[in-house]
Amino acid sequence: MPRTADRASAQKIVPLRHPGTWVATFVVLLIVCLVAYSVATNPAFEWPVVAEYMLNAEVLTGLQRTLELTLAAMVMGLVLGTVLALFRLSNNRLLSTLSWAYIWFFRSVPVLVQLIFWYNFGALYSMISLHVPFGPTLFAVSTNTLITPLFAALAGLGLSQSAYTAEVIRAGVVSVPTGQTRAALALGMRRLMIYRRIILPQAMRVIIPPVGNEVISMVKNTSLVSVIALAELLYTTQLIYARTYQTIPLLIVASLWYLIIVSVLSVGQYFLERKFRHR
Amino acid sequence: MSGVAQHADPMLRIRGLSKSYGHRQVLCEIDLDVPAGSVMCIIGPSGSGKSTLLSCINHLEPIDSGKLWVADELVGYREHKDKLYELPEREVARMRQNVGMVFQQFNLFPHMTALQNIIEAPIRVKRMPSAQARERAAALLDRVGLASKQARYPAQLSGGEQQRVAIARALAMDPKLMLFDEPTSALDPELVGEVLAVMQDLAKTGMTMVVVTHELGFAREVADQLTFMDGGRIVEQGDPRAVLAAPKEKRMQDFLSRVL
Repeated sequence: MPRTADRASAQKIVPLRHPGTWVATFVVLLIVCLVAYSVATNPAFEWPVVAEYMLNAEVLTGLQRTLELTLAAMVMGLVLGTVLALFRLSNNRLLSTLSWAYIWFFRSVPVLVQLIFWYNFGALYSMISLHVPFGPTLFAVSTNTLITPLFAALAGLGLSQSAYTAEVIRAGVVSVPTGQTRAALALGMRRLMIYRRIILPQAMRVIIPPVGNEVISMVKNTSLVSVIALAELLYTTQLIYARTYQTIPLLIVASLWYLIIVSVLSVGQYFLERKFRHR
Repeated sequence: MSGVAQHADPMLRIRGLSKSYGHRQVLCEIDLDVPAGSVMCIIGPSGSGKSTLLSCINHLEPIDSGKLWVADELVGYREHKDKLYELPEREVARMRQNVGMVFQQFNLFPHMTALQNIIEAPIRVKRMPSAQARERAAALLDRVGLASKQARYPAQLSGGEQQRVAIARALAMDPKLMLFDEPTSALDPELVGEVLAVMQDLAKTGMTMVVVTHELGFAREVADQLTFMDGGRIVEQGDPRAVLAAPKEKRMQDFLSRVL
């Protein structure tokens, strides 16, 4: 097309230039390079030690334990959280009050406190037994054999997680228009079926982004169980540097692994969100 | 169609139905009979209680007093020694299978295709085998002129198409009575006709229908009876042509002069 001034449709449009952005980008890149150079060349970071321990068998076992704890606590949180959310939204006053009280309690007490509390549960009740009132004992077991560090970790992480997840799921359920419930009721469907087939699948769009965040928080929150001597990723590296005094490089090892896990999870979250987006 | 409407027992019978939200009475001593196989159109200004009345018929809204029967079955309650006992959810859900409902906002399930919307309740509620449900759903979609759109999601359909899928979805439960709550009010004007045509065909098959609408043309052509409601009461009722041509009540005259 000939470029002539008298033909308005042929005139080139020049977008607004942003020279400041280019300058700022250059400055930022420069700073990044300087920091990277300093980190790479400072011998105190002990990069060879980091490399040595990245795939160390002990570290990998700790990593595995971290992943298992994250998965178990999140599954617990989601299952219990869904039940709590439905209780909270129920017309039954008893159920909604119970759920409210549970959420209030487990969101208020710090997870760290809960972990230590569960770990020391034996101090409160040394035996756990089940018996018929005024009748024979069905079974009795010492609290310390029942509540292992793993049990205490799952209880502490899972129970408080379920309180948060319940609120997320409740928000998701509330976001689905009431017309959906009315339509399903008019077809003769019952409450539980409506939740399972109609409401929850639609609520997923609202639920998944915050739950993705919670999973990512949980990966790092599992490091709290190091206080009850459960050898997850952080505690494993702590055990190693207690022997070798290579504190900084081993903390870097742990940090790098957390970075890797969270990065992989973020990719997973992206695909999940895409799957539940409305067509 | 008025020839069809000669059964002794009405498909829907309402006696003395009242309902309030707090201090505001939305339905006041409603009596209504809809014979099997006939079409009842309900018109009236917004806030007159038309939609609430429909919701009471399949117990989506509880009532304060009065009784209503669908196919001779008391809706929502069990009568025992002069008292009405509210039925458990299971019983109410079973009863609702007899009553199909079509909503102003379509309320299709957005995460399911047109076909999935239709087969959901027959499979889950009636425990119909999947193959049979699909076959019936395909036939219903064909009947509402959407045979080629089985695999479309609601968001990929026009408003008129969505409402026709919603009608097919309600019909899939083999209801004895169909309720339409302003089925064309949310549609663009050029899409109203296709939905009304499907409803008119349905009326021809002898389906008992209660239609809350602002489409006076449809009421005149298709309805066997017309009811005009205002302020939670039935103000005027009768043959639609006669009532629309020469309304007796002042309130209905005013209403018609505003909408026509």
